[in-house]
Amino acid sequence: MDLDFSIIIPYFNLFLQGALVTVKITALAVFMGIVIGLFVGMGKMSRISIIRWICIAYVEVIRGTPLLVQILIFYFGIPQIIGIDIPEYPAAVMALGINSGGYVAEIIRGGILAVEKGQMEAARSLGMSHAMAMRYIILPQAFKKMIPPLGNEFVTLLKNSSLATTIGFGELTRAGQIVAGNTYKPFEPYFVVAAFYLVMTLAFSQLTGYLERRLAESD
Amino acid sequence: MIEVRDLYKNFGHLEVLKGINNKVEKGEVVVVIGPSGSGKSTFLRCLNLLEKPTRGEVYIEGKNLMDPRTNVNQLRQDVGMVFQHFNLFPHKKVIENVTLAPIKVKGEKPREAEEKAMELLSRVGLADKAQNFPSQLSGGQKQRVAIARALAMNPKIMLFDEPTSALDPEMIKEVLDVMKDLAKDGMTMVVVTHEMGFAREVGDRVIFMDEGRIVEEGTPDEIYNNPQNPRTKDFLSKIL
Ligand SMILES: Nc1ncnc2c1ncn2[C@@H]1O[C@H](COP(=O)(O)OP(=O)(O)OP(=O)(O)O)[C@@H](O)[C@H]1O
Ligand SMILES: [Mg+2]
Repeated sequence: MDLDFSIIIPYFNLFLQGALVTVKITALAVFMGIVIGLFVGMGKMSRISIIRWICIAYVEVIRGTPLLVQILIFYFGIPQIIGIDIPEYPAAVMALGINSGGYVAEIIRGGILAVEKGQMEAARSLGMSHAMAMRYIILPQAFKKMIPPLGNEFVTLLKNSSLATTIGFGELTRAGQIVAGNTYKPFEPYFVVAAFYLVMTLAFSQLTGYLERRLAESD
Repeated sequence: MIEVRDLYKNFGHLEVLKGINNKVEKGEVVVVIGPSGSGKSTFLRCLNLLEKPTRGEVYIEGKNLMDPRTNVNQLRQDVGMVFQHFNLFPHKKVIENVTLAPIKVKGEKPREAEEKAMELLSRVGLADKAQNFPSQLSGGQKQRVAIARALAMNPKIMLFDEPTSALDPEMIKEVLDVMKDLAKDGMTMVVVTHEMGFAREVGDRVIFMDEGRIVEEGTPDEIYNNPQNPRTKDFLSKIL
């Protein structure tokens, strides 16, 4: 057993680029997830029952099926139906984003429900519409409560984005595969890949912790 | 100003209001008393549609609240409400608590809204707290801000639901004083409170509610000194 990490050096840029791509698709997917989650999360509390049911179904389907299968359906399955190939990059982002939407919806719903009932009543008693009260009173308070779980969601998605290698998408894990193939040495490249993920998730947890403390100051 | 006819409210199978009839005149201060669970809060909340009556009619300045064409948001601007637990917006500074609705709902210019808010905050004795967050205030101060916030919409009617019952005893007076000023200025008020001093000093009428009905009403003197109904007597003997 002889480990030789110097074989990594020529490929360092490849890892770095892979890591950047990973952060980028994660950020895009989480952003998409927040937009979807906002609508789906509020939709689950809608008074209109069709909207409520659609949103409930969305969350159940997303959370009840493996992400890997969702990615495969997106990349291989959808093109078969619509007759147009979807490139790896948008396929990966959309599959991850739509997946994230299901989880973020629950985070957003939880955040909204955690805001005291009296807040909505006070806003309404001042003549604000429901939408206004949501926008100025409820959501800003709910977002504060959502930051820790949203941080978790980002970290989870960052790790899960490695599943995009299965459709040949060039992110961090894929970089490890390429290097392992070229050097015939799997341990060193995958070890480095793991280290990259760890550094990124730790850095991100630190950031959320900091944000949380900052926002707690006005309470 | 306010007219309530045959008002019923059910929560599922629970009948909470069982036929309330009443009229509040302009400038009148009506105090509502009664045991816990008798429906005082529900009655008050039906007056600005925070609760939707099951049946009956409520008129505010001649406008029927039960009419689907009535613009509820518009109507609520004329009916201020003060809550037991203040319900200030914790993420907004005191001044923003007061200016938010005038700016967003009425479209007032921020400058004007702020000037008016400062006037109101001075009136409740809290001009120096304008830039603080609610979490930095005592309970009595919070409630006075809540009153200023409601007044900023220039309401014609003010509803108070046990505004002092969540306060430490030493803070009750500062809130009652603000409310008394308001009453003396001619505000139409419906106040759920067991503060007899307040009722006697500025109350025009006291309503005693029990089990979803108005059991007895009269001037503060009549109700506190000479109650007719045995249930009123029983209730008063417990709280005095
Ligand atoms: N949203 C609700 N859903 C179900 N039941 C309710 C609801 N709000 C009030 N009730 C019930 O209606 C009854 C009357 O409540 P209400 O709050 O009007 O009484 P109250 O006279 O204000 O009492 P308190 O002095 O304790 O504030 C109570 O039995 C209460 O449990
Ligand atoms: Mg009550």
